[in-house]
Amino acid sequence: MEPADQPEKKPAKRKAKTAKTAAEAKPKAEKAKPDAESIASKALLIEQLPAPSPLHTDIASPPAPMLLEFEKPIAALEARINEMRALVSEEDEMFKQLEERLKSLKKETFARLTPWQRVQVSRHPDRPYTLDYIQTICDEFIELHGDRNVGDDKAMIGGLGRIGDQSIMFVGQQKGRNTKQRQYRNFGMANPEGYRKALRLMKTAEKFGVPIVCLIDTPGAFPGLEAEERGQGEAIARNLREMFMLTVPVICIVIGEGASGGALGIGIGDRVLMLENTWYSVISPESCSSILWRSWDYKELAAEALKLTAKDMLKAGLVDDIIKEPLGGAHTDPVAMAKKLKKVILDQVAELSLLSVDDRISQRIDKFSAMGVVVE
Amino acid sequence: MAWFNREKKGIVTPTEMKREAPDGLWYKCPECKTVTLSKTHADNAYCCPNCNYHTKVGSLHYFSLLFDNDEFTELDADMISGDPLEFKDTKAYPDRIKATIIKTGLKDALRSAHGLVGGHKMVIACMDFEFIGGSMGSVVGEKLARAIDYGRINRAPVLVIARSGGARMMEAGYSLMQMAKTSAKLALLDKAGVPYISLLTDPTTGGVTASFAMLGDFNLAEPKSLIGFAGPRVIRETIGKDLPEGFQSAEFLLEHGFVDFIVPRQELKDKLVSLVSMLGF
Repeated sequence: MEPADQPEKKPAKRKAKTAKTAAEAKPKAEKAKPDAESIASKALLIEQLPAPSPLHTDIASPPAPMLLEFEKPIAALEARINEMRALVSEEDEMFKQLEERLKSLKKETFARLTPWQRVQVSRHPDRPYTLDYIQTICDEFIELHGDRNVGDDKAMIGGLGRIGDQSIMFVGQQKGRNTKQRQYRNFGMANPEGYRKALRLMKTAEKFGVPIVCLIDTPGAFPGLEAEERGQGEAIARNLREMFMLTVPVICIVIGEGASGGALGIGIGDRVLMLENTWYSVISPESCSSILWRSWDYKELAAEALKLTAKDMLKAGLVDDIIKEPLGGAHTDPVAMAKKLKKVILDQVAELSLLSVDDRISQRIDKFSAMGVVVE
Repeated sequence: MAWFNREKKGIVTPTEMKREAPDGLWYKCPECKTVTLSKTHADNAYCCPNCNYHTKVGSLHYFSLLFDNDEFTELDADMISGDPLEFKDTKAYPDRIKATIIKTGLKDALRSAHGLVGGHKMVIACMDFEFIGGSMGSVVGEKLARAIDYGRINRAPVLVIARSGGARMMEAGYSLMQMAKTSAKLALLDKAGVPYISLLTDPTTGGVTASFAMLGDFNLAEPKSLIGFAGPRVIRETIGKDLPEGFQSAEFLLEHGFVDFIVPRQELKDKLVSLVSMLGF
């Protein structure tokens, strides 16, 4: 299961953005309720991410920033450069050389990542999550809650956002960044009410002609007792069918993990895009390994066999495009990543808005109907 | 009584000398262990005459039970699986497919056909669990998509009999997208106003539950079938507790509102005919 980590620390400095939300005006709420986490994330995550800080969590050694095995040589070189920065001028020949080397090392490392390593990047604890992107992209965002039936699923968030003059309905799975948040967000694993909430919001968007953006980041739909009682299968199935008939443009973007039906449940779109270091498949490499090899030890092999990377999925024609990440992964520069995402979203919305409703729906259906390889 | 006892204990016949009893004459119920004549068992819609256990039969049996005089036209009978991902686990995927085709005499995990059921036009697609656990890959998805299209174009009600462990891992992303594809076709069928009946049988789990199997205008289930999204083992591991008795059974789903009614196999055909005729099909 998920590793335990430190209790959440308050960010040392919280730059107050323009007072958009009520909760920011009363930061006390943050201490009292876990709900405040979603709001806190706005100030907290984006600003804190680029520089390693005590806020970051590490499985092996808690105080240090989280580093994946293949990130270590890069971090070591970066540390050396930082040490040198204090000693020599930035014009120094050796310094420049080292910076060049750092860049090429990053490039080489990330160009050669194995599928399993990409899975690791997609799960990087510092990686931006759905609300991080939404808060950075939107000039205004109003979160909407509840499925109008049994409750409000914290693992599936949604709401109306505005980018310039463009309104967008955002829907997406939300993961947490520390133990408390992770539990609160149920590790990004939605229950049936999450999928029903997502559909409710999409129907609302449809009613008012607002385009929909789904941000996918989930290790799967929640496999729990209550989830079964409330019809996890039915909830996902209904979303699949209903999303095909939505009259507004739908853009789905895998921003982290795209695990199986849990991901697909908000994954039917006119455009399905993947960030460069994400994965999308029918099962996680670990579960695949345990089922097909009857052992947890073959996850690297399984990751390879499943062809789950963005590149492979594009090659198979199962997604429409790849969105490049900053060198070193989205977690190294979340703001740049968010800016890029914003541009992609606006471009795609503009492009899709040119089509008639009927064309959009029939193209959506035709695209998914063509997927599959059979021999006749 | 010494003359009555065996001289040696246990079975002494070497394996190679063992003679098999002719297969198929008797049927032994795995539930109540009652032995009946295969003929009696078949006449009872492949259910145990003693405890009414519904044997996990496949397309061959359902077609003969449902289509009038066992007459039907099979759709896409020769479609077989490709190997788009060159998938290899402990065995290469094409080898697994070939071996399974030889073993089962089936081409993949679903057969579809159209014909008359009680005089009503109907399209029936039925899954075969013996074929890699009834898993859904490109062939299942594509055949189902075409069967649904056939029903829509010919305005014939569509019955899908689900019996599956879920999506087929060896086709990874392609398998996943079959959930989308079949749902897309059902959205069109829905719009066209042609009835879709889903029969859930033992077991129906995973990606099949989370797509076409749960989307029926009418969701029917065979008694005591295991039906769920996540498998019981996964749930047990997640919650760290034993599952309550009858959890994820057809009766459980009926109780929670996801199944319209439970239908014993002997009554299936009559119920289907009643349903479609009341809808004017």
